[in-house]
Amino acid sequence: MNKPVGTQKRIIASKHVKLGQKNAKGQTYTDINDIFYNTEQKPVFFTGSEVIKEAIRRASVGTSVAYPITPQSEAAALIGELYAEGYLDEYFRGESEFAVMGQCAGAAFGGHRVFTTTAGPGTLRAMENFPMWAGSRLPIQVCVTCRGINSPLSIQPDTLEIHYLLETGMLVWHAETAQDLFDYILKGFIVAEQPDVHVPIAVCCDGFFVTHTKDTVELPSEDLCLTPYDPYKSPVTVMDMESAPIRMMRDPFVMKSNYISYATHASWQQEVQSAVERSRKHTIPMLDGLIDEINTDREVLVVASGTAVSQSREAIRLLEQEGIKVGLVKIKTIRPFPKEEIRQATKNAKHIFVPEFNIAGWLAREVKAILPDNERVYAGPHVAGGMTMPSEVIAEEIKVHLGIKPSPNRRRP
Amino acid sequence: MSDYRVLAGPEAFLPPSAAVMGIILPDPGEAHIEGTIVPEEEAYEHCAKKILEAKVPTIFPGPLVLWKWNDHVAEKAQAIKELADEAPMRLIPMADYRPKYPKIEYEVEINPNHPNLTIWHNKIDACIFVGVHCHQANLALKIIRGGTNCYTMAMCAQAGHEDACLSFRDASAEKIKKLTAAVKKLKSQGVKSQAVSFTQFKMDRNGLVVSDAVVEEYENAR
Repeated sequence: MNKPVGTQKRIIASKHVKLGQKNAKGQTYTDINDIFYNTEQKPVFFTGSEVIKEAIRRASVGTSVAYPITPQSEAAALIGELYAEGYLDEYFRGESEFAVMGQCAGAAFGGHRVFTTTAGPGTLRAMENFPMWAGSRLPIQVCVTCRGINSPLSIQPDTLEIHYLLETGMLVWHAETAQDLFDYILKGFIVAEQPDVHVPIAVCCDGFFVTHTKDTVELPSEDLCLTPYDPYKSPVTVMDMESAPIRMMRDPFVMKSNYISYATHASWQQEVQSAVERSRKHTIPMLDGLIDEINTDREVLVVASGTAVSQSREAIRLLEQEGIKVGLVKIKTIRPFPKEEIRQATKNAKHIFVPEFNIAGWLAREVKAILPDNERVYAGPHVAGGMTMPSEVIAEEIKVHLGIKPSPNRRRP
Repeated sequence: MSDYRVLAGPEAFLPPSAAVMGIILPDPGEAHIEGTIVPEEEAYEHCAKKILEAKVPTIFPGPLVLWKWNDHVAEKAQAIKELADEAPMRLIPMADYRPKYPKIEYEVEINPNHPNLTIWHNKIDACIFVGVHCHQANLALKIIRGGTNCYTMAMCAQAGHEDACLSFRDASAEKIKKLTAAVKKLKSQGVKSQAVSFTQFKMDRNGLVVSDAVVEEYENAR
C-alpha cells in the first residue's frame, strides 16, 4: 500500500441530496457513520432471517426479487412483508434463481439499489449471473445463507458454495453471527456502491445456525435508513445499449479476433479485480479491520470464518482450561482476502489450524497460498453436509496434531 | 508500503493494475503522483510541468463533459477549453465507448477499447482524461500504460484513478481553472510550452471534420 489505511478514520460521509430528509415511511435518510456510531443501538432477540428483514427495512432498497428458498431462510418472504408495508419500491418472485439474478441485473442497470437472497443449489443455479453482475459493475447485494449444494440435498450449513463465489469478481463477506449479518448487510451496500468499488457483494452466513437460531442483536432505530443509491456515481453509464457490457450481448467485441480486443477484455477483468482491491480502503474502517485478532502472539492459532469462529472460541476456552494457549484470527472478508493482515497476525505462529464447514477446505488453501512456511497450516478439522462441528472436536484435533494426545488409527494426512 | 510506481510505459504485454500492486487512491484534498499520495496543491504544479514539457499534450474529454446534462458540466467544459487554449493542448474527444469497427478514426477520436491507436498515431506524449466514466478511463489508462510511452493524467470527478501516472479526484470547474492557473504561472516564470504546432480539428453536429487542414491531412493519411 502506498499509504496506511487505519480503522479509526470513518468512511467518507454521504453527500446525497436526500440526506436528512424523510422517506414515505417517515424514516430519515441518515449517513452510515451516524447509523452505526452516533445513534443508540437497542437489543432485540431475533432469528437471522428476521435480522435480514430488519436490515433491509433500514437499507432504502429499491428492488428485491425473491425465489422462495425456504426452508433454508425465510428472508425472502419476510422482505415481501416489508414490500407490503411500503418499504420497497419493487418486489416480485422470479421463476428460478437464474431468472432472479437476471431480473436483479435489470433493476440495477436501471439505477435501483437491489437486494436478493439465495442458498446452496440456488447459488450454483444463479452462478452465471454473478460474474456478469461484476463485469457490468452492478453493486447488487445477495445474501447467501450457505447450505449443502450436492445431492442428496441438505438444508444444514455447508460453506462449499462460498468457494464457487471467490473468483466471480464480487465482494464476499462472511458473517459469524446475526449481529455481523445485520451490520454487513447495511455496511455492504455502502462499500459496494462506492464509485471506485461499485461491484456486487455476497454477504454470506452459515444457514440454519445463523438464519434459524435466535440471538441478541443490537439494532439502530427503525426511524433511520441509509441514503439512497446514487446511480450518477456509477463508474459506467447507467444503461447504454450501444456500449459494452450490454452491447456485448448482441455484438461481442471481445470475440473480435484481434489482440487489442482481448487486451480490453483482460483489462476489464483487471479493473473488476482492482475494484475489489479498492474496497479495502472503505471496508477496513467500516468493519474495524478485515480480520479480528485475539491473542495472536501465541504459537498455536486458529484461523476461521463464519460460525467456525464461534465454535473455535469455545474450543479455545476448553483448551485454556487444560493449560493449552491458543489464539484466534477471525476472517471477515473472503474477497478481498486479507493477505497482509493474516501474514502479520500469524507471523509468530508455529501451528495454524483452519476448521471449516466444508469438505474441500478452501479457506485452508487460501491461507496456505499467502503464508510463508505454509507447512505450519493444518487444514482441519472439517465437517460437511450440514454436520455440526462440536468445539470438543476442534480441541481434540489440535491436541492430536500437537502430540498432546495420541493419534487414533485413521488420521488425515 | 508498496514500492510500485505508476510510470509511463510501455510497461508490459499486460501490465498489472496499480490497485493490485498496492496503490491506494487519494482521499479528498489529496492527489497521487506516480502512486505517491501528495497534497492536491503539489499535483497542480507537477501536472502543469508535464503539460508544458510535452510535444503533443492532449486532453481527452469524455461524454460526461461533452454533453450538457447539467449546468456544472457546461462550466467544466468551458474550463477545459480555456486550459487547452492556454497550454496549448489538443482536444481529442472520447465521445462514447462503443467499439469502433472496422477501424477507429484515430485522428479525431479516442476509444477505451483501443486507446493506444490514437496515442501512437498522434504521437501523444502527455494526456489528461476528464469526463470519462471511471471504468472506461481505467481500461484506457492501463492499455496506454502497457503499450505506449504517454504520461497519463486524470482529472476525475469521483475517487481518482490509480492507473494514471497522476490523478486528481473530485474534479470541478474550479480545479480545472486552478490547473490552468498553474500553467499560466509557470509560463510567466519563463517556462515555454514544447508543444509542436497543430491545427485543432473541428466537427459539426454530424461529426464531420470541417477544418480544411485536418481534412487534407486526414485524406492524405487514408
